Amino acid sequence: MEHIISLRGISKSFAGVQALDNVTLEIAPGEVHCLAGENGSGKSTLIKVLSGVHAPDGGEIILGGESHRALTPKQAIAHGIQVIYQDFSVFPNLTVLENLAFTSEISDKRPFVSWRRMRRTAETALEKIGVSIDLDARVDSLPVAQKQLIAIARALMNDARLLVLDEPTTALTNREVARLFSVIADLTAEGVAIIFVSHKLEEVFEISQRFTIIRNGRHVITCLPEELDRASFSFYMTGREFDDERFTGGDIAADPILELDGLSVSGAFEDVSLALRPGEILGVTGLLGSGRTELALAMFGLMPHDSGRIIVDGKEAKLRGIRDAIDLGMAYVPEDRLTEGLALERSIGKNITISVIDKFVSRLGTLRESQLNAEAQRWVDRLKIATPTPANAASTLSGGNQQRVVIGKWLATGPRVLVLNGPTVGVDIGSKHDIHRVLRELAADGLAVIIISDDIPEILENCNRVLVMRDGRIVHEVDSVDTTEERLSDLMSKDVAEGGKR
Amino acid sequence: MKARAALQKVLRQNEFYILLVIILLAIVIQARSGLFFSLDNIVALAGAMVVPGIFAVGTYMVLVSGGIDVSFPALASLAVYATTRMLVDWGWEGGLWLPLVLVIGISAVLGAFNGAFTATIAVPVLIITLGTSNVFSGFMQGALSSVQIPSIPPAMAEFGRASLLVTENPRTGHLSSLPLSFLVLVVIVAAAFVVMKYTTFGRSIYAIGGDESSAARAGVNVKRTKFALYIIAGVLAGIAGLVRTSMMGQMHPTNLLGMELMVIAAVVLGGTAITGGRGTLTGAMLGTLLIVIVQNSMILVGVPTIWQRVALGVLIIAGTAVSAVQMTRARKRQGAIV
Repeated sequence: MEHIISLRGISKSFAGVQALDNVTLEIAPGEVHCLAGENGSGKSTLIKVLSGVHAPDGGEIILGGESHRALTPKQAIAHGIQVIYQDFSVFPNLTVLENLAFTSEISDKRPFVSWRRMRRTAETALEKIGVSIDLDARVDSLPVAQKQLIAIARALMNDARLLVLDEPTTALTNREVARLFSVIADLTAEGVAIIFVSHKLEEVFEISQRFTIIRNGRHVITCLPEELDRASFSFYMTGREFDDERFTGGDIAADPILELDGLSVSGAFEDVSLALRPGEILGVTGLLGSGRTELALAMFGLMPHDSGRIIVDGKEAKLRGIRDAIDLGMAYVPEDRLTEGLALERSIGKNITISVIDKFVSRLGTLRESQLNAEAQRWVDRLKIATPTPANAASTLSGGNQQRVVIGKWLATGPRVLVLNGPTVGVDIGSKHDIHRVLRELAADGLAVIIISDDIPEILENCNRVLVMRDGRIVHEVDSVDTTEERLSDLMSKDVAEGGKR
Repeated sequence: MKARAALQKVLRQNEFYILLVIILLAIVIQARSGLFFSLDNIVALAGAMVVPGIFAVGTYMVLVSGGIDVSFPALASLAVYATTRMLVDWGWEGGLWLPLVLVIGISAVLGAFNGAFTATIAVPVLIITLGTSNVFSGFMQGALSSVQIPSIPPAMAEFGRASLLVTENPRTGHLSSLPLSFLVLVVIVAAAFVVMKYTTFGRSIYAIGGDESSAARAGVNVKRTKFALYIIAGVLAGIAGLVRTSMMGQMHPTNLLGMELMVIAAVVLGGTAITGGRGTLTGAMLGTLLIVIVQNSMILVGVPTIWQRVALGVLIIAGTAVSAVQMTRARKRQGAIV
């Protein structure tokens, strides 16, 4: 079978750093090919070679029966190669209609635009992937999933033969992912090939027909899904072995440290009661819009509640804002903060102590440097951050150790309750395991932890108890040890729980 | 359902609210003075709209592209001063075409400076145009040692005096005339409307203002588009300067300087986002009208001139506040809670 494109023995280095070393990737018509690798493994460089953005230093690209040393973006597009970037490259300020039709107006080099012609173009583009979106809606008013469908529809207009989807599901809910997958299935039936870049295990196994895994710029394996399982997939990606052991909770204290009693915020969630004990990791899960994030916000006084009580140490607490929550020993890590909360060029120590720096101010208003350094050292030791000294820049650390620094920053405030919302969204497998290990260690040391996440394996592996939210209510509490992923997924999704009706 | 959707659309637009404010202001002034809806006041307002209106068209286009130009008054002053100086020294007695050609030529070159810097160096446009603004006015005042030129070429003076219609206030006997130059504004607005709505160039400006790298990926030649845009903005400013000098009957080199804030405020009040990508010509014109009414008509209700400046300041703050609120809203929509 003739391949749409073959990249053979591709090498590329940037300023002496070998980003790609003899990597081979071949794409057949109509296949969904999963390209997997950790952050920094060279995935994006490979895609840029494929789309003509980067010229490789060595290797051969076979496209349209001809051998090329390098492609230009024009050549790639002319051969039907389209990349959907993570930001979708849409125009938030323009209507759906214009987003879909603008590119072809530009490429036709027309001096004047015709709104009627553009409407026809846009309608055809949406029909092709079988979705209907209001053409006159402005794109910034649409949910992420629809922006993505617009980007896909636009990419397909110019007879695309290969569509590269770069982490397409990061911001989608389960239902939206299902929608995307059905669009992908339709496309592959017409012979369009898909390169699916992702490190979400469940998804890549569900959709991919072949896998190519790269690590540190090197090709590790190209194989069929039958030849892989979750453990080997993680191993190929990271070069490390992970145990899938579940967290059961060790010494869980008898008295709860944090209790919610019938907490309600109108329009967000209703009548939520829970009790959290030191030493346990409580999971809160539910689909996007189930009220899980709002619950976290209300717990910290970031969203005023209408009724119900928040009880800390057995006493009712009045929280007027995050400051009150911190004073009571509660810390909240919002989504993405584990991946974004670092000043990479600053030292590890400064990154950790920035959250408590006002505790180390002398009467003259100067900083007590030696105490500050001791505090930093304390967290480096406690979290086992692999560095010779906290004075090194955070950028010198590996991904997993950087995550520890971020966690250390939150822990330095001395919390007894740590709530993390989506702690590993967009984090690659190795770092994800590192974060999970740190959280388990912290719980074993007596911290009370809540993980809010819709990543089912993450919740089941790391929480001893799981609360399932749906439409603003806690509908189930399950023990993670005897719950399967399918069961938890069913409990989260309304459709299934109500017997598959819409 | 459809009617309600249409109504909701109207209620979301700045244009609607600014129109409301204009109507309210008009009613108040009318009630207090009985003079607002008089023909000569309307005609006076229309005349006063011409110069800020033309400036506003250029400013609107630049803001939509995600840029900002504060150099246009200096640019216009320099272009028109150089033109007038040359023609007066030559003793030009001919038609209006030569001053027009000279002004357009010079302001296009000056606009190209802004465009070239903006398209090639990664410095905020505000800084670039602040710089060129100083260079332009410095060049005019220093190298050309500008002074007031009391008499302008006859063709310009004639054009400045020509009126479309003259009205007389029956009570006061005050004569008002709608200057011929009002037609210039009408033609420019009409042309800008077509360019921004129906040309690939105009839609590219919106696309660049929405997301520059997406525009580049869609195949827009971003550098060329920006370069052309700043030339157009320069030419529009030059024409506005020529109109102002002609209407005044003399060349006053510093007369326009300082107008940039008022014009930008007018355009932003009219709903053009200072962050780029959004805005309508209708809004820009309504915003300008509101500011012109405040400047011209408050005297009718006996508000002393000093308070006009206060009112103008309040409008500028309101304008910036509106765009700040819009930005916050836009951010919220993107779902960045906390």
